[in-house]
Amino acid sequence: MTDNFNGIELDFDSPVDLQSVYDDSNVQEVLNRLDHELIGLKPVKTRINEVAALLLVDRLRQQMNLSASMPSMHMSFTGNPGTGKTTVAMRMAEILHRLDYVRQGHLVAVTRDDLVGQYIGHTAPKTKEVIKKAMGGVLFIDEAYYLYKPENERDYGAESIEILLQVMENQRNDLVVILAGYKDRMDRFFHSNPGMSSRIAHHIDFPNYSPEELLAISKLMLAESNYRLSSEAEAVFIDYIKIRMQKPHFANARSMRNALDRARLRQANRLFQSRHSKLTGADLITIEAEDLLVSRLFSEDNEDENAESV
Amino acid sequence: MMTNTDSRLTQGQFSFLPDLTDEQITAQIKWALAHGWAVSVEYTDDPHPRNTYWEMYGMPMFDLKDPAGILMEINECRKTFPRHYIRVMAFNSERGTESPAMSFLVNRPANEPGFALDRQETSGRTQRYSIRSYATDKPENERY
Repeated sequence: MTDNFNGIELDFDSPVDLQSVYDDSNVQEVLNRLDHELIGLKPVKTRINEVAALLLVDRLRQQMNLSASMPSMHMSFTGNPGTGKTTVAMRMAEILHRLDYVRQGHLVAVTRDDLVGQYIGHTAPKTKEVIKKAMGGVLFIDEAYYLYKPENERDYGAESIEILLQVMENQRNDLVVILAGYKDRMDRFFHSNPGMSSRIAHHIDFPNYSPEELLAISKLMLAESNYRLSSEAEAVFIDYIKIRMQKPHFANARSMRNALDRARLRQANRLFQSRHSKLTGADLITIEAEDLLVSRLFSEDNEDENAESV
Repeated sequence: MMTNTDSRLTQGQFSFLPDLTDEQITAQIKWALAHGWAVSVEYTDDPHPRNTYWEMYGMPMFDLKDPAGILMEINECRKTFPRHYIRVMAFNSERGTESPAMSFLVNRPANEPGFALDRQETSGRTQRYSIRSYATDKPENERY
């Protein structure tokens, strides 16, 4: 049955093959990898799957000559330090590329310094240069709230925001902008820049990791650099994570990376001390409980609580 | 010039063809970017063939991945200099080449008066020839 739907000849009964469009895009591979390599982050993954579904259905609609206006894909990633905002942004560029939303699929990561100039007339060319570099891909602005400094009315950040807004609105199919930052500060940033907030379609919040997730992440990191935790070390490390989470300046996965780097340092030292006895390959890759237990975090009188090097 | 009856300026690539559309320009820039050449936009109102160095519009553009940014710059330049010649140039910085690899016009004035041939008598019965754009009789920025 062919019917007229808003002036479009549409075959209401013709089957549509979503599966083949899905298979063609190869997006499954990226989504699987995302699922596999990124621990936790349930709400983020759900959102990314939704975005992928929307873009796939849009492509199908286009094949049926239905209007498929480019949906806005600008995003804001909020969350505590070390929750994987940058990592997800990189994957996002690839996903959007597979779904044909962006043409090149590269990621340009910038901060305030790259966008805002130092004197009058410096900002606009600088911002435009960055925008031009990011075209056809994703522009990732880390700690975007620094762009707007309300306490200084002569700050050039506002000019940069203005140019960004214009491009975000008018050249939506050339560029995807992802803003990232800590939740509370980003909320304040959006509050004082309602234009920015309304042009961003997807506000994604990155949750903190649970101790189990942090352990899984740590194991992944270790496996990447060919290390492993001994079973005793693993038990110690989960205690370490729980204590570390209560301490100030806890930065989720980043803190884990720092802790592991320090453990590697201690392991190397331990091996060096015992260089007269026979060492095996297993010694080289294994981090033992004692490498972790020396951490100042486990000593009772922790004087310098603010130090990141605990 | 005599062989060019429309007196359309013929410099660079594609200049004997009708003006390129934006899609065609995009495709050419894509080609340049795929080779890793740095693309820039230049303008002038002195079309003499020996005037090789035109004014660069905006900043040089390195490390671009997509033609959209350059097209944006071209359109800005067209808006600023609607009656100038504008060309897109791709520079190949490879060692041993280090010179423009592509150059083509993307904007020309509506009315192009063409060139005059000047003859000069010199010693003996020698003739010296030079060409001069009619447009350059007027001062800069009033030529077209």
